Amino acid sequence: MQYAILCYNDEDVVWSMSPAEDQAMMARLAVVQDRFIKAGNLGPHLRLLPTTAATTLRKTSGEPLVIDGPFAETKEQLLGVFIVDVETLDEALDIARDLAAAKTGSSYEIRPIALYFPDQRSKAG
Amino acid sequence: MTDPVWINAALTAARPRALAALLRYFRDLDTAEEAFQEACLRALQTWPRNGPPRDPRAWLIMVGRNAALDGVRRRNRNDPLPPEETLSDTEDAETALADQLDDSHYRDDILRLLFLCCHPDLPATQQIALALRIVSGLPVAQIARAFLVTDAAMEQRITRAKARIGRNAAAFETPGAVERAERLAAVATMLYLLFNAGYSAADNAARSELGGEAIRLARLLLRLFPAEPELMGLTALMLLQHARTPARFDSAGEIVLLEDQDRRLWDGKQIAEGLALIDKAMRHRQPGPYQVQAAIAALHARAARPADTDWAQIDLLYATLERLQPSPVVTLNRAVAVAKLRGAQAALDMIEPLAPHLSGYFYFFGLRGALLVQLGRTHAARTAFDQAIALAGTPAEALHIRRQLDRLMQQDAATAP
Repeated sequence: MQYAILCYNDEDVVWSMSPAEDQAMMARLAVVQDRFIKAGNLGPHLRLLPTTAATTLRKTSGEPLVIDGPFAETKEQLLGVFIVDVETLDEALDIARDLAAAKTGSSYEIRPIALYFPDQRSKAG
Repeated sequence: MTDPVWINAALTAARPRALAALLRYFRDLDTAEEAFQEACLRALQTWPRNGPPRDPRAWLIMVGRNAALDGVRRRNRNDPLPPEETLSDTEDAETALADQLDDSHYRDDILRLLFLCCHPDLPATQQIALALRIVSGLPVAQIARAFLVTDAAMEQRITRAKARIGRNAAAFETPGAVERAERLAAVATMLYLLFNAGYSAADNAARSELGGEAIRLARLLLRLFPAEPELMGLTALMLLQHARTPARFDSAGEIVLLEDQDRRLWDGKQIAEGLALIDKAMRHRQPGPYQVQAAIAALHARAARPADTDWAQIDLLYATLERLQPSPVVTLNRAVAVAKLRGAQAALDMIEPLAPHLSGYFYFFGLRGALLVQLGRTHAARTAFDQAIALAGTPAEALHIRRQLDRLMQQDAATAP
């Protein structure tokens, strides 16, 4: 069963860490990620840039509207995504727990995946 | 249990907006700073035990406000006058906190706080020092280190600057649309000055700290003014320039020119963010100097190798910049692109008329020397390099020119009969 672990935090806080603190966090995270990759549980995962760099396309009755910034102003923002392959919710929660221990204060939404399309560009060429 | 790294980052992140809100209540910078300081102390005591509050920023504002109000009451206990003087906006202080924490309030608050630091009577270095102390909350010692002065000198500089801005009552009125735009422009200029203080710093740590802080504050402003193309341009410009920091100096601390830099050392995250922002900005079709400069930086960032650089496009962008913001320095920068496109002589012809304006400018003589070398005019090149060395702002700049002179000497020795 596949889940997406969606990582949320206040991006102002995350991007206020010093480069050294950020690097230390990413190094801790890499250890956890490696372990779950080797165990066959962790698939693609990514970190997002701040929402100030985001653009939102919103459908309207006419031409879709292009808006600067994220789709909604929220206290915490989506910062990263981890795709995991596990048997049970408890296993996904265990992974989230280990990710949370390595990272600096976050919330993790564990969301089951309905459809998953892996990168197929190499076949498409 | 809450991670101390997270608590520190949360306090740093909350400071500008929390302090700005407290400044609105108290209309006095010292009171607002003390209130925020007190709130931080209480946060450090209670957050590790109880976990962080749901909204750390609102918590800090509320606790800070109450602490300062207690202080005011205590001071006024034997005072026959009511505290209206200190609390000029009591109604504000009574209003439900939730109402006051939407972004429209923050927007004017944070702009006011930053704008206070850009007082036109203050020289640029004082504006920057003040912003770093007040808005960013950097310790005086750290600011002093970045500006290569003693702690005592920096302390004095900040105290004087504060006394000066404290009298600026006009800043507390809610700005109209025109005034808001003017404030935003002044603040953008100050942020770019801050960034450049870091960019040209001799010290490695200062380069990274000041540049990073300018970017952090620019992102914060962008969050509050998400549709301002020049603010996107400024943020993009700083990110794209800052991305090159790891490649700008070699292990011996010597300058590495853009075309000699190892591009694999450039920070991919910052480049991606900068490119996204400049693309966003261009969609608005309201060109401005920051956007044009960011577009130039983006062309460098997009070139995988120096030979891939689109010099023709860079030349056109500099021509646009010369129209938007005419200055001899812009023309000097354009000459670099012209040298690539049309040769050293064309570039030299372009910069010769700038000599009276740039007679005290290191880069003018550095570029002049380099162009003369390309044209084989070694004697004139040597004179230009000598002038550049005399104007060098950092030991690394002087050393960089010294290397060029050494190379000329070696050539002379090799060709001597």
